[in-house]
Amino acid sequence: MSAATRPSKLFKNLNAKIASIPMILTALCVFVGGTTWTVVYSFTDSKLLPRLRFVGIEQYERLWASQRWIVSIENLAIYGILSLVFSLVIGFLLAALLDQKIRFEDTFRTIFLYPFALSFIVTGLVWQWILNPQFGVQGIVRGLGWESFSFDPLYNADIVIYGIMIAGLWQGTGLVMCLMLAGLRGIDEDIWKAARVDGIPMWKTYLFIVIPMMRPVFITTLVIIASGIVKLYDLVVAQTGGGPGNASEVPAKYVYEFMFRAQNLGQGFAASTMMLLTVAIIVVPWAYLEFGRRR
Amino acid sequence: MTSVLVRDVSLNFGTVEVLKALNLDVPEGEFLVLLGPSGCGKSTLLNCIAGLLDVSAGQIFIKNKNVTWEEPKDRGIGMVFQSYALYPQMTVKGNLSFGLKNAGVAKDEIEKRIARTSEILQIGPLLERKPSQLSGGQRQRVAIGRALVRDVDVFLFDEPLSNLDAKLRSELRVEIKRLHQRLANTMIYVTHDQIEAMTLADRIAVMKGGVIQQLDAPQAIYNRPVNRFVAGFLGSPAMNFLDGELAAGPSFKIGATAVPLARYTFDGSASRIGPAVLGIRPEHIAFGDAAKASPFSQQVEVELVEPMGSDTLVWTRLGSQNLSFRVEAEKPLTVGDKVLIGFDPARASIFDSTAGNRI
Amino acid sequence: MSNPATLAATVAGADAIAAELGGPSGPRPRVTFSRRNIILYGTLIFAAIYYLIPLYVMVVTSLKGMPEIRLGNIFSPPIEITFEPWVKAWATACTGLNCDGLSRGFWNSVRITVPSVVLSIAIASVNGYALANWRFKGADLFFTILIFGAFIPYQVMIYPIVIMLREIGLYGSLTGLVIVHSIFGMPILTLLFRNYFSSLPEELFKAARVDGAGFWGIYLRIMLPMSLPIFVVAVILQVTGIWNDFLFGVVYTRPDTYPMTVQLNNIVNSTQGVKEYNVNMAATIITGLVPLAIYFISGKLFVRGIAAGAVKG
Repeated sequence: MSAATRPSKLFKNLNAKIASIPMILTALCVFVGGTTWTVVYSFTDSKLLPRLRFVGIEQYERLWASQRWIVSIENLAIYGILSLVFSLVIGFLLAALLDQKIRFEDTFRTIFLYPFALSFIVTGLVWQWILNPQFGVQGIVRGLGWESFSFDPLYNADIVIYGIMIAGLWQGTGLVMCLMLAGLRGIDEDIWKAARVDGIPMWKTYLFIVIPMMRPVFITTLVIIASGIVKLYDLVVAQTGGGPGNASEVPAKYVYEFMFRAQNLGQGFAASTMMLLTVAIIVVPWAYLEFGRRR
Repeated sequence: MTSVLVRDVSLNFGTVEVLKALNLDVPEGEFLVLLGPSGCGKSTLLNCIAGLLDVSAGQIFIKNKNVTWEEPKDRGIGMVFQSYALYPQMTVKGNLSFGLKNAGVAKDEIEKRIARTSEILQIGPLLERKPSQLSGGQRQRVAIGRALVRDVDVFLFDEPLSNLDAKLRSELRVEIKRLHQRLANTMIYVTHDQIEAMTLADRIAVMKGGVIQQLDAPQAIYNRPVNRFVAGFLGSPAMNFLDGELAAGPSFKIGATAVPLARYTFDGSASRIGPAVLGIRPEHIAFGDAAKASPFSQQVEVELVEPMGSDTLVWTRLGSQNLSFRVEAEKPLTVGDKVLIGFDPARASIFDSTAGNRI
Repeated sequence: MSNPATLAATVAGADAIAAELGGPSGPRPRVTFSRRNIILYGTLIFAAIYYLIPLYVMVVTSLKGMPEIRLGNIFSPPIEITFEPWVKAWATACTGLNCDGLSRGFWNSVRITVPSVVLSIAIASVNGYALANWRFKGADLFFTILIFGAFIPYQVMIYPIVIMLREIGLYGSLTGLVIVHSIFGMPILTLLFRNYFSSLPEELFKAARVDGAGFWGIYLRIMLPMSLPIFVVAVILQVTGIWNDFLFGVVYTRPDTYPMTVQLNNIVNSTQGVKEYNVNMAATIITGLVPLAIYFISGKLFVRGIAAGAVKG
């Protein structure tokens, strides 16, 4: 670099900028551009092909008038809330059990976590088979002599979403357990000793000292599970295909159907914008708390 | 009267022996410091006394009661930890009262104890704050308070000042000493800091490899270390060690120089002959006129001068071996000066050159 | 080695008291079958069985013949072990017009996964390196957008990407899908590498600069050799993630380039013909084998990978 002519600011650190081109393109074109594009086109009456003929909020009115969309939102709410609660509770309990200086800890952890390595498609297909009314759990219990036993979640529109939840929990609780275990291991050993010297029973130590200390872990886990839940799609496709009827429809599937099958792009865009809104409601307050406070 | 008694306590983690058949007797009201490098077993011993670790063999008595199998809460101890270990989501008051509430202590009794504790430690204004709003020194005071409210006979401190900066450390050191004078409880204090040990202790137990090397009053340990390890571990700047030969006379030969040992008291009667190590602390070496009066003196050349503020450490050679001595800061010594130094062999320590034991 | 005089004195005193008291000595007695242990291990074993059942059912079903399955119990071990379903699932199961089994999907998935993993990690590691050590104005803004992008539902972005790929003529091709995977792998991987490179001592970077090494020189000669573990974590994360992907496969590829997951779903959930549950389960296991193998081989690194993935944001 010659001292006489200082290179222009643009070329300073040039290699780093060149290396960052993919990131900049992704951030601007795909994440910002793509999202804006979809939001803008959700106010048009695009059918087979996107076109810029604005119709105001007509797509949204139609969306919220659609029984299928209402069902998918209800399903997402039930699935979301229940699987949040269950996966946090089960994940924490398993982590707490594993944290008792037990034997074969690695074996147990490996067993609880392996479903997480499997895809939702594989998960959905296995549980479709286990919950098969003729050969699966229901069939076996009936075979044992309890003829009136009924457990066919995948063929019963009222409870189909719970059938999907069982599979979802099987796949995902291992992750929660892992995060919780990392959180528990991060707790100062001296805290446990202090509580023991103070004579505080173990369950009280967990409840009043350890869990409050793990608040950041809980919140991060919550955000991770929640943003995963909104994306719920493959599992439903594999396990029920949205059936029986439309009883296990979820927003992500609704979007896909309208964009690529029903050739009603505007509807798809409106529905996906609603999904974006849902995620924003979860992520923005969290990001504000997490990063706003740090500054 | 014995307050804490450790009898033949061993602890093994798998095949590793952390404590080896250790014995310790702490009289009522004594301030005992367990001192040693990291990994010497001092914290492990404290955890065994607290009941946080299960011993592999042996017994522990507190107040003449066998507590070997008791839970920590039933042993009549309070403990202060290095990382404070305050419950972060509770206020200071909550931290002090949580254990008592669990033990079913009456409400007004809890209030009374908290009032007394906060008066002793001057943490009254902090009672409604959370630990995150406190400074390091305040946190450690609260941690001490949590041990105090338990109203117990024995306090255990596990390196309580290691997380603090140097200034705060010396302040709190004084406070802990005052606390001991006021309460007159038995206190067992683990540290790797020799200054803390020297200033606080009634007696120091110097540990290494799961064994107590020497258990004595600070000054006795400082002046008559039982082995080379203890001699080197205590004292800053460190003791000089000079290799040489014990000869008849008795005298100690460093190359051509002979140090007369007439005034040295040998451990045991057998005067030995052969290789040995002579240890002499830098501040026990006299210089100039004072050296002339010493039983042993020698002309040496100044090689290096380290001014330390309150005094100056001067490096020289005796024969071919490095030697340092302390002089007042005002003495104008420069490199290359020829000076006379000397010491009284009575203040030296002579160690076996292989085993390192005091001779 | 202890001072005999002092110790002798204390031990003498100690003996007097101990003689009076005696009592428990040594470790606390432990009961192997204490109530606590029974509850603890009982719960864990019960949970472990629940987690293992689907794997067991998959394997057992895939080894039975159809007549045996129709007889009844999905949990009963096979009376007569047959590998016929595995062969059929791999080589001859039909999806639509193709009847060459999962093998086609398997090779498609390999052709998708390998370049996607390489490309996404190459991009993200250089990116993370630039963000950690060569920060330029505005870099943090793009990075923040990228991290928030990780939370945007894919459904919002899939159609604009369809248009972009169509414009450059890659829609429906494996190359297009590789690009998509690289894009969506970027947030988490960039974060992973940025955090890792930031944790390396800065002096190292400074020393290399003083020695005259430039952007690429430092990256290739200093950073890369030091970051093997994080590359392994990234590979684990990406291979499982991309292999298990379904949505992008279904949107951006055509039937003859479908990845394994999509093909599996089509085989199992096809409405034509008789349901062959044993073939279905064999196909399901085969599809799950790659990520499972990675999981069991990588062990703790997998845990590290998902823990790293979890701290995103």
